[in-house]
Amino acid sequence: MTPTRKKRVFLISIMVVGIAIATSFALKAFNENLMFFFSVTDVKAGKSPAKKAFRLGGMVVDGSFKRKEKSLAAYFDLTDNESVITVYYNGILPDLFREGQGIVSKGHLREDGIFEAEEVLAKHDENYMPPEVADSMKAKKQALK
Amino acid sequence: MKEFFHMGGYGFYVWLSYGIAAVVLISNIILPVYQRKSMLNKLAKKIKRAEQLK
Amino acid sequence: MMKFIHKTASPPYFYHLSGLWIPWLGMITLLLLMAGLYGGLIYAPTDYQQGESYRIIYIHVPAAWMSLFIYIAMAGAGAIGLIWRIKLAETVAVCSAPIGAGFTLLALVTGSLWGKPMWGAWWVWDARLTAELLLLFLYLGVMSLYVAIPDKRVASRAVALLALVGVVNIPIIHYSVEWWNTLHQGPTVTKFDKPSIDLRMLVPLLIMAVAFKVYYVWSLFLRVRVELLERERNSQWVKELLKQNKESQA
Repeated sequence: MTPTRKKRVFLISIMVVGIAIATSFALKAFNENLMFFFSVTDVKAGKSPAKKAFRLGGMVVDGSFKRKEKSLAAYFDLTDNESVITVYYNGILPDLFREGQGIVSKGHLREDGIFEAEEVLAKHDENYMPPEVADSMKAKKQALK
Repeated sequence: MKEFFHMGGYGFYVWLSYGIAAVVLISNIILPVYQRKSMLNKLAKKIKRAEQLK
Repeated sequence: MMKFIHKTASPPYFYHLSGLWIPWLGMITLLLLMAGLYGGLIYAPTDYQQGESYRIIYIHVPAAWMSLFIYIAMAGAGAIGLIWRIKLAETVAVCSAPIGAGFTLLALVTGSLWGKPMWGAWWVWDARLTAELLLLFLYLGVMSLYVAIPDKRVASRAVALLALVGVVNIPIIHYSVEWWNTLHQGPTVTKFDKPSIDLRMLVPLLIMAVAFKVYYVWSLFLRVRVELLERERNSQWVKELLKQNKESQA
């Protein structure tokens, strides 16, 4: 390579490295704000905003879903395998909502410690398989127990 | 066959996705083919004019 | 080696060569697309959680991969153009932008159409989705910057710099689902352990990914030919080409 080309390579790499470092600092500074939701443990530790609405993410606890008769109002528990919180929601749930499924919900924390949701989004996992495979995996898991 | 287009109730979302994909992919082929034709025509006309001026 | 590169990268030679390649690229793309669509829409089984709606994956995921791949190709070609001032590299960088923008738009729109029935929302401002939207704006920025500067060689350099600056967004998009809590799920295929997708679902996905790659080269060659004609319109080889065209028509 000729000296001018070497200089160009050098300048370009300096530029890219510089921008990468600047961006990583910026991302570090905004780290908390880039979180789409708080975990249940965060909320229990008082890290979530007290008065403002925020998003809460977790797994719906098996067998915790209770619906008031003849209404959409429902209570269910959310967990991140460390802490548990009860959520109240009055509205239509997405197709993927089911017990054991991850969800993200927007709402606020009531004084009695129940999270009152205005919006519930289902978070699906990265696994894709046909139903028969899912069934056989479940059976295997149960056999191991 | 009807079941295939129904997609278990998600037909609207699935087929709209594939439809938009077809539009985007096809336009990125048709557009440059058309542009090349019109470019060649334009350049040919320019040369013709230059020859007439001589 | 350098001699070979310079020969292949010379505009008239590449114009000729790409003309020979284009029909083959088109045919391979169509064959792969047909195989991928058959696999994705008919052969692949229904998903245990998402039912048939997951079939959007066969457009969404390959399009999202391409949006990143083309950006890296564009920035790479731009860097080569900046350092060695190779005309063909500059042209490749510029012509990649609209194709990449198309795939980015496709990834966003199909993601939205998938998100509505599954998540319950068309759009959320989580890190993955926001970073992908930023990528679309980077592509559009590259395209408009190139149009805005009349001197195409100067424009190419400006565009290459912008593309290189935007490269920092690529790892952010890829790792966003791991670095932050997002609504978007983690990677399925490109993680280190075994892909968590059934083989009968994975194979059509990979075929579609290859189909989109070949499609990119096809579309790129078509665009590069137009751009080369435009840039080199006063050069001898274009004049000779036009003369040949005229003779073959007469």
